[in-house]
Amino acid sequence: MNSHRLNLNFAGLNLKSPTALASGILGYSAESMQSIVEAGAGALVTKSVGLKPRTGYANPTVIQAKCGLINAMGLPNPGIDTYVHEIRHAKTILTVPLIVSVYGFSAEEYAATAHKAAEAGADAIELNVSCPHVKETGSEIGQNPALLAEVVKKVKATVHTPVIVKLSPNVTDITATAEAAVKAGADALTAVNTIKAMAIDAETALPILSNKRGGLSGPAIKPVALRCVYDIYEKVKAPIMGCGGVTTWRDAVEFLLAGASAVQIGTAIALRNSSVFEAVNRGVSAYLRKKGFRSVNEIVGLSHRS
Amino acid sequence: MSAYLTAANTMRTTRIITVKTESPTVKTFIVKDTLCSKAKPGQFLMLWAPRVDEIPLSILDAGDGAVSVAVKAVGEATRALHMLKSGDTVGVRGPFGTSFTENDGRILLAGGGTGTAPLLFLAKKLAAKVKRLIFVMGAKTKDELLFLREIEALCTGKSVVAATEDGSYGLKCLATEPLEALFAQEKFDMVYTCGPELMVRKVFELAEQHGVAVEASLERLMRCSIGICGSCVIGKYRVCRDGPVFNATRLREVTAELGVSKLGFDGARIPI
Ligand SMILES: Cc1cc2nc3c(=O)[nH]c(=O)nc-3n(C[C@H](O)[C@H](O)[C@H](O)COP(=O)(O)OP(=O)(O)OC[C@H]3O[C@@H](n4cnc5c(N)ncnc54)[C@H](O)[C@@H]3O)c2cc1C
Ligand SMILES: Cc1cc2nc3c(=O)[nH]c(=O)nc-3n(C[C@H](O)[C@H](O)[C@H](O)COP(=O)(O)O)c2cc1C
Ligand code: FES
Repeated sequence: MNSHRLNLNFAGLNLKSPTALASGILGYSAESMQSIVEAGAGALVTKSVGLKPRTGYANPTVIQAKCGLINAMGLPNPGIDTYVHEIRHAKTILTVPLIVSVYGFSAEEYAATAHKAAEAGADAIELNVSCPHVKETGSEIGQNPALLAEVVKKVKATVHTPVIVKLSPNVTDITATAEAAVKAGADALTAVNTIKAMAIDAETALPILSNKRGGLSGPAIKPVALRCVYDIYEKVKAPIMGCGGVTTWRDAVEFLLAGASAVQIGTAIALRNSSVFEAVNRGVSAYLRKKGFRSVNEIVGLSHRS
Repeated sequence: MSAYLTAANTMRTTRIITVKTESPTVKTFIVKDTLCSKAKPGQFLMLWAPRVDEIPLSILDAGDGAVSVAVKAVGEATRALHMLKSGDTVGVRGPFGTSFTENDGRILLAGGGTGTAPLLFLAKKLAAKVKRLIFVMGAKTKDELLFLREIEALCTGKSVVAATEDGSYGLKCLATEPLEALFAQEKFDMVYTCGPELMVRKVFELAEQHGVAVEASLERLMRCSIGICGSCVIGKYRVCRDGPVFNATRLREVTAELGVSKLGFDGARIPI
C-alpha cells in the first residue's frame, strides 16, 4: 500500500511510510532487510557497527519479560571493514533509505566508522550513543553532554550524510542531551534506546542474562519513550524518530502527536511479526483520512497545541 | 506464533526428570514443561544451563506435560548439560518455529547425527497412517547411529537403511549413497530430512531431480529464537521463526547459502 498521505521527508531522506526498522533488529544482511522493506518499512536502520568485529555476549542474550523484552546482545557485529560489503550489496537491492548505525569507544572511532559507512553508500548515519549494556560506549557517551558533543562534531566533520543521534532514556533530563547533540550539529534525533533492566530467576537465584544487566524494550517502555519525545519536541528544533514499544497504529499516531516525524519499530516484530509495518501504515493512513488530514506531517507535534 | 504466545513464552525453570545415555556422545533429557509438551515434530526449544549458556535443541518427543531432547556433547554448553542429573534445574523457552507437515503416502526420512531426533518424533506420528515409511540414517560408527532400535521398531522390516562411515553397521558409506539408489528405484510422495547441512543439501537436490516434495530442518546460530536479533538468517528468512522446517519453495530461494555459508557469532558470513 502506498498512500501519498504517508510520504514524508526526514532530515533530507524521503520516506514512503513513517515506520522504520529499529537498529539491532534483523539488521545484518541485505536480504533480511529487504524483506522488511517488502513488509512496508519506510527506512531501515542497520545493526550497530563498530571499527572492529565483536562476537557479543553468551546466551541468554534476549529474554521475554511480561510486557516486552530484555536484551544484552553485547553489540555483536562483523566490524565496518567487513560490513561495507553488506552496505554496498544492500544499496543495490534496497528501495528505501539505509541508515547505518555506528558505535565507538572514542570520538575518533565513531568518526572513522561513520566515514567508511558513508563511503560505502549509507544514506544517513545513526550514532548509537545509548547502548545500555556495553561499557565505555553507548550510554556512557549518551549520558555525558560534553562527550556527546565531541562525538557529533567529529562525525559531522567527516561525513556529508545526515547524522542522527540516538538518545538514551537512562538520563535525568533527556532534553539536555538532545540539545547538546543538536548544538553540535546533529541533523535529527532518535528517541529512545532501551531502558536499563534485568531479570532474576527465583528458582536458581541467578540473573538470567549472561551479562546480568540489559535493556528493556517493547510495550513496557512506550509511555516513557512517548514522554521523552514530547519533552524533546518542546525544547529542540530537530526532526525526531520516535522509538520504544510501537506495536499498533495507535502507538505510532501517539508518537507523531507527541512530536515525532516518524517512528522506529523493533520488538513488535517479535510480538506481531514483520506484518506489523503494513498494519501500522494502514492504521495511520486510515486515521489521517478519518480526521481529514492530507499528510502525516500535519499531525507531528499536534498534542502540544493546547 | 500468536502475539500472545510470544509474549507469554517467558523462560521458566524446571527439573530434569530423566537422563539417558544414547551413545558415547549423546544423552537424552526429559524435562517437565507444559508449553513444550504440546510441541509438533520439527519445532525446537531453547535450553538454559544456568551460569553457562542457552542453546537451541530439536524436540525429540513431547506429551504428558513433558518434553525430551537429545544433546550431543560438542562444546561448553552441551558438555555442561551432560554433567546434569535428574532433579537438576534448567531453563526452558519454546516451543519455537515451524513443524513438518504430516503427509500421507510413501514417505522417505533421511537423518544424520542428532538430525535423527526430530525425524524420530515425526516417524512416531506418521508410522500408523502412511503407506510406506523408509528411514535412512547415517553416522560415523555403529555407536553413533542414534535411536536405531526405536526406529527399527517403528519402520518394520526392511525399511531402515543404516550407513556407517567405518562399516561397523549396515552399509559402509555416506547416507547419501543409498539415498541416490532409493530415489532411482522408488517414487516417493514426500521426503523429510535433517542433519549435517551438506547431506541436507544433497537430499534436497535429489528430491528436486526426481520431482519429489521435500521438507528440511535447518540449523543456524540462535540467540533470541523469536525472530528479531538476526543471528539465524538464511537469505531473507529467519531459521528460528520462518523455519527451522523449510519446504522446497523456500529451499530454492536460499540455495546460495544452503550448505555454503552462515553467519558467525559476529554476524560475518563464514563458510560451512
Ligand atoms: C534449530 C536447531 C536445532 C538443534 N537441535 C539439536 C539437537 O537436537 N541436538 C543437539 O545436540 N544439537 C542440536 N543443535 C545444535 C546445538 O544447538 C549446538 O550443538 C550447541 O549450541 C553447541 O553449543 P556448545 O556450547 O556445546 O558448543 P560450542 O563450542 O559453543 O559450539 C559448537 C558449535 O555449535 C554451534 N552453536 C553454538 N552455539 C549455538 C547457538 N546458540 N545456536 C546454534 N548453534 C550454536 C556452532 O556452530 C558452533 O560452532 C541444534 C541447533 C539448532 C539451530
Ligand atoms: C535484540 C535487540 C537488539 C538491539 N540492538 C541495538 C543496536 O545494536 N543498536 C541500537 O542503537 N539499538 C539496539 N536496540 C534497541 C532498539 O533499536 C530500540 O531502540 C528499542 O528496542 C526500543 O524500541 P522497540 O520497543 O520498538 O523495540 C536493540 C533492541 C533489541 C530488542
Ligand atoms: S535467533 Fe534471533 S532472529 Fe532467529
